[in-house]
Amino acid sequence: MANRPQPSFPEPDTQHFWDGCKEGELRYQTDADGNVVFYPRGHSTVTGDRALSWNVSSGLGTVYTYSVVRQNRMPGFQELGAYAVAYVDLDEGFRMMSTIVGVDDPTTDIHIGQRVKVEFEDQAGEDAYPIPVFRPV
Amino acid sequence: MAQERLAAIAGIHEYPLRVAPGVSSMQIKAESMKRALDDAGLDWGDVDGLYDALDGEGGGGLGLAAYLGIKPRLLDTTQVGGSSYEFHASHALRDIAAGRCNVAVTTYGSTAASMRVPIGTGGMGRGGASWQQNMEAPYGGTLISNYAMVAHRHMHEYGTTTEQLAQISVATRKHAMRNPEAVKAMTDLQFVKVDEITVEDVLESRIIADPLHLLECCMISDGGGAAVFVSPEIARDIKKKPVWIIGAGEATKYRENGGDITTSAGAQSAPAAYGQAGVTPDEIDIAMIYDSFSITVAVMLEDLGFCAKGEVGQFIEDGHLAFDQPGLTLNTDGGGLSSNHPGMRGLFLLLESVRQLRGESTSQVDGAKLAVAHGNGGLLGGTHTGGTVILAAD
Repeated sequence: MANRPQPSFPEPDTQHFWDGCKEGELRYQTDADGNVVFYPRGHSTVTGDRALSWNVSSGLGTVYTYSVVRQNRMPGFQELGAYAVAYVDLDEGFRMMSTIVGVDDPTTDIHIGQRVKVEFEDQAGEDAYPIPVFRPV
Repeated sequence: MAQERLAAIAGIHEYPLRVAPGVSSMQIKAESMKRALDDAGLDWGDVDGLYDALDGEGGGGLGLAAYLGIKPRLLDTTQVGGSSYEFHASHALRDIAAGRCNVAVTTYGSTAASMRVPIGTGGMGRGGASWQQNMEAPYGGTLISNYAMVAHRHMHEYGTTTEQLAQISVATRKHAMRNPEAVKAMTDLQFVKVDEITVEDVLESRIIADPLHLLECCMISDGGGAAVFVSPEIARDIKKKPVWIIGAGEATKYRENGGDITTSAGAQSAPAAYGQAGVTPDEIDIAMIYDSFSITVAVMLEDLGFCAKGEVGQFIEDGHLAFDQPGLTLNTDGGGLSSNHPGMRGLFLLLESVRQLRGESTSQVDGAKLAVAHGNGGLLGGTHTGGTVILAAD
């Protein structure tokens, strides 16, 4: 397929997350009390505290829910066959939107509760950010 | 308890066309405001409050008054997606009760169909850099697939089926076939079949985003309308019976780590609205719920307290949502599924509630006294708003 839409920068909240993708790391934040903060931000969504730590996820998670898109008029997607959009709950306690790859038929081979692991899908172009996607394990 | 009567809807207008080439959204807004004022027997110069959802090319509170040629003393540009008009009604209740204005209007105009805006399937996140778009745009999620993710989880947790959800489309279409403007809408938008539909029709329609079928998805139309909010003093002298705004609630919800996607912002906004109104869900005659998709209505029926969370499938499978069946009645104008959806349907929920409580609906429920209008703005499976308004007959 054509490249997936790339993140746009400057965007200070998500820059470090995407830099991690280039390193093959799925990064997430925690605050001083151990609360998970995700999507990445400059403050704790529980306390407002701006002192956050970055961590690296195991990349293992569970499909919380998904849909299979049969019709999308957006360039880069409209020529694809059916593809999945999913929320994946990572084992460290954060939920992210992603897609499920490596299945023969997304309409029948993806299930809520399915165990999945992250991988980083390379995009064309020297400076392109790899996109984190998930594959059943 | 005695309901307080602090603000009323005095006039309404729903722009009759769903395909309106050559007309601008601003013209639809201005024409609708004039006709809604006529409906109330009020004049252009009476308007001293203006609510706007920043639709069209108007500029909201900054520019719409200039286009209209009015000088209101209250300006409110609340844009929270399709539920903006429930928020406007909520704010009008607050502002009129506080004496900040006496005759306020909200207007809506859209040419989404003529401009061929692919609201549901066009993909999202084509704007500039933002923290959220950077995390979601790479995956090609569509608006429909976002709602569909809610449906999948609801089915997984509670055993809800497409057969059950289809009852929402079936009842809504039945109402639409009784509404001449809805019939014209479906004809002008070239629906394959302008007729009543069955559960089987829904199941056999093509899947747009699993598990949602075409006949579970709203249309994309042109359209618009207006509502006039007034003080009790003004309400005494209008042409028709006022419909009272007796309670309102607002809330937002969003993707949360570990959150429950099957519960919407409505679970927070509805109790606030019922509490202010002093009524309970079992007293409600008419539910006007934003039917962007079947699943939207299903989740809201639960969050509005008509049945427990997870039980909507059993609640609706007997087909009682139609106006001629005993029990709660849904979306008697034909809804966004089969009458009118130019992008932000929230206004029409108020308008049909008013018709029912005046006794003017094309699918009238005899003796309807109480209606709830609940709008959902944004993405049900992501960031969204819920606006609940309780309305009472005079």
